[in-house]
Amino acid sequence: MNILEIQNLQVSVMNKPILRGLDLRLGEGEIHAIMGPNGSGKSTLANILVGRGDYQITAGTIRYQGEDLIVRSPEERAMAGVFLAFQNPVEIPGVSNARLLKEAFNAHRRYGHLPEMDAMTFRTHLQERAKHLGLSDDWLLRPINVGFSGGEKKRNELLQMLVLEPNLAILDEIDSGLDIDALTDVANGINALRNNLRSMLLITHYPRLLEQVHPDKVHVLIGGRIVMTGGMDLAGRLEEQGYGWLSEVAA
Amino acid sequence: MLDSNAVNSAISQSYKHGFVTAIPSDTIPTGLDEGVIRLISAKKREPEFMLAWRLAAYRHWQGMTEPRWSSVRYPTIDYQNISYYSSPLTNNPDSIDLKDVDPKLLATYEKLGIPLSERLSLAGVAVDAVFDSVSVATTHKKKLAKLGIVFCSMSEAVREHSALVQRFLGSVVPPGDNFFAALNASVFSDGSFCYIPPGVRCPMELSTYFRINAAGTGQFERTLIIADKNSYVSYLEGCTAPQRDRHQLHAAVVELIAMEGAEIKYSTVQNWYPGDAEGNGGIYNFVTKRGECRGDRSRISWTQVETGSAITWKYPSVILRGEGSVGRFHSVALTNNHQQADTGTKMIHIGHNTRSTILSKGISAGFGHNAYRGLVKVLAGAQGARNHSQCDSLLLGNTCSAHTYPYIEVKNKTSKVEHEATTSRISEEQLFYCQQRGLSREQAVSLIVNGFCQEVLRELPMEFSVEARKLLEVNLEGSVG
Ligand SMILES: Nc1ncnc2c1ncn2[C@@H]1O[C@H](COP(=O)(O)OP(=O)(O)O)[C@@H](O)[C@H]1O
Ligand SMILES: [Mg+2]
Repeated sequence: MNILEIQNLQVSVMNKPILRGLDLRLGEGEIHAIMGPNGSGKSTLANILVGRGDYQITAGTIRYQGEDLIVRSPEERAMAGVFLAFQNPVEIPGVSNARLLKEAFNAHRRYGHLPEMDAMTFRTHLQERAKHLGLSDDWLLRPINVGFSGGEKKRNELLQMLVLEPNLAILDEIDSGLDIDALTDVANGINALRNNLRSMLLITHYPRLLEQVHPDKVHVLIGGRIVMTGGMDLAGRLEEQGYGWLSEVAA
Repeated sequence: MLDSNAVNSAISQSYKHGFVTAIPSDTIPTGLDEGVIRLISAKKREPEFMLAWRLAAYRHWQGMTEPRWSSVRYPTIDYQNISYYSSPLTNNPDSIDLKDVDPKLLATYEKLGIPLSERLSLAGVAVDAVFDSVSVATTHKKKLAKLGIVFCSMSEAVREHSALVQRFLGSVVPPGDNFFAALNASVFSDGSFCYIPPGVRCPMELSTYFRINAAGTGQFERTLIIADKNSYVSYLEGCTAPQRDRHQLHAAVVELIAMEGAEIKYSTVQNWYPGDAEGNGGIYNFVTKRGECRGDRSRISWTQVETGSAITWKYPSVILRGEGSVGRFHSVALTNNHQQADTGTKMIHIGHNTRSTILSKGISAGFGHNAYRGLVKVLAGAQGARNHSQCDSLLLGNTCSAHTYPYIEVKNKTSKVEHEATTSRISEEQLFYCQQRGLSREQAVSLIVNGFCQEVLRELPMEFSVEARKLLEVNLEGSVG
């Protein structure tokens, strides 16, 4: 079964069309990569999936686990298991990572009719996952993204993913600005969460991460449409040749 | 940025303490003259010195004009249209014994969540509760008396501990200090009195709950706390009022005196009725609070969480007279809808090596108007005085405002005074980030606001900080679309 089905999605920002008839099917347990030049609409797609305002959906449908996703509020989508690792995560002074994650985690539990996890158990849950990413306990008490380097912000997004264990994770350029070690940590984090029910969309510019994650499919998004779909070989070709050879297909 | 339309349309603050209790009360007719003051004094069976003190204050007040320098705006108050004394009728008006108190009144306190009897002992809090003008219950008296601690209503103190009252009353806030303090000195009804003898560490939090119930009355309580040499006390004050469409005046005075080596912590969670979403009704909270570190190495700290009242106008202050004495002020002031707050502190450094810290957190939402006003004054003799002030403002939406007015007067070159201020706004990106993790917009606001205030909330005793967090949440309800 497909966890996500997007058909003929058309999206505008301030009356400027950005996505122009996008189709995508993502099966349960699959990882798909989305590549494409800057400004092609990758982040727009990610934002639309998590219900961000400021966008007008002018046509098309999005079904998540077989149901209409567009009608749901952002927090309902989150609690139903849709997670976005933001391309540029925002700073929230005064609120620690641990605090947000505890609130978020328990919101998910309540949504799933599960009892809230007590503070002690949650702490252990959190620390285990932080360790996985090489993050110290101090880290957990730091205010969200405040003064973090680009790479630290990315790790922090991944930590949140490991804690919230989504069904559908969209990672928007999680590998941008990471050195090789950090990239391996991120790849390990992704692989740790991989199972036959959880699906992911990896938005990226580079095959480096994909080589460690082995996506099931690679899509190329140009001009608001998926213009080509292939496997790892496609990612490699894009790195060597860029997107120019595809512009005919896109036109 | 928050969409200001969404913010405005969704503002619908609900006040959870707005019930009225139907209790027969002895409320005197509106109006103020010497006769009324004599009547109040007589009803309270006060000694002669007290009546003379009140009358002197009243004559002083008659020659004063209402101050207008603050940034708050309100219609003229008709002082002849207020009743200056209202007392719930009990079976035996002299008694403060719980079993003689009208059960309805006790039920009111239950509703307010004030653990008046057994729950109290468990919580380790001794409570004095002031209902309209009269103090109705002081718990744990016996246990405290064994340590020599006096904790009773002001009325009782005036009668039973008149030497202490005569010595200390008005010694920090003189009767003619300001317009509202003079009015209070003339007509003050009740309040709490507390004396901690030398060397005694008060074993429990002392607490007063103030409740305005009757319509058309003013509340003018007066609190006096004296911590004698090397003693310690932590004192909590909470307040609520019913929902009424007319404004009501609350003009209290609090005086704190810390002798050598003594420490007083005074915490307030103020939740007077703030008025409705259009700005009708609500309490005018015009209060004079001042402490004096009279002895060397004494310490006074004020912690306040101000979420209620239509208008809050107060500056809990510390006079740092004793050498090496320490004054601290921690404040959270929240204004939503049409609430106005002009609050801050004064730190007056007189003694050598005196230190003060000011931490103020202002939150504005709706059409709220929030001003921090603070004075740090270092006198010529205050060698080595130190002050650090930090004033942060947080804005929700585009229709509210925040202002900071720091006044610094330094007359001693060896002193060091620092002031920092920040203003930030809760952004749409921040809210969305939290929503994407599963929080509602309201939970997100509450999380961010709590984070903003946590350094202050940490200063409160445990139970109070839980209550304060809840109040912030309730008072922010509907402040985002
Ligand atoms: N909130 C917005 N306001 C205005 N323009 C936007 C907004 N979001 C995206 N765009 C525009 O939409 C296009 C696609 O942007 P984006 O989805 O961020 O691309 P990508 O992530 O592929 O680099 C760009 O031309 C960008 O300027
Ligand atoms: Mg992007």
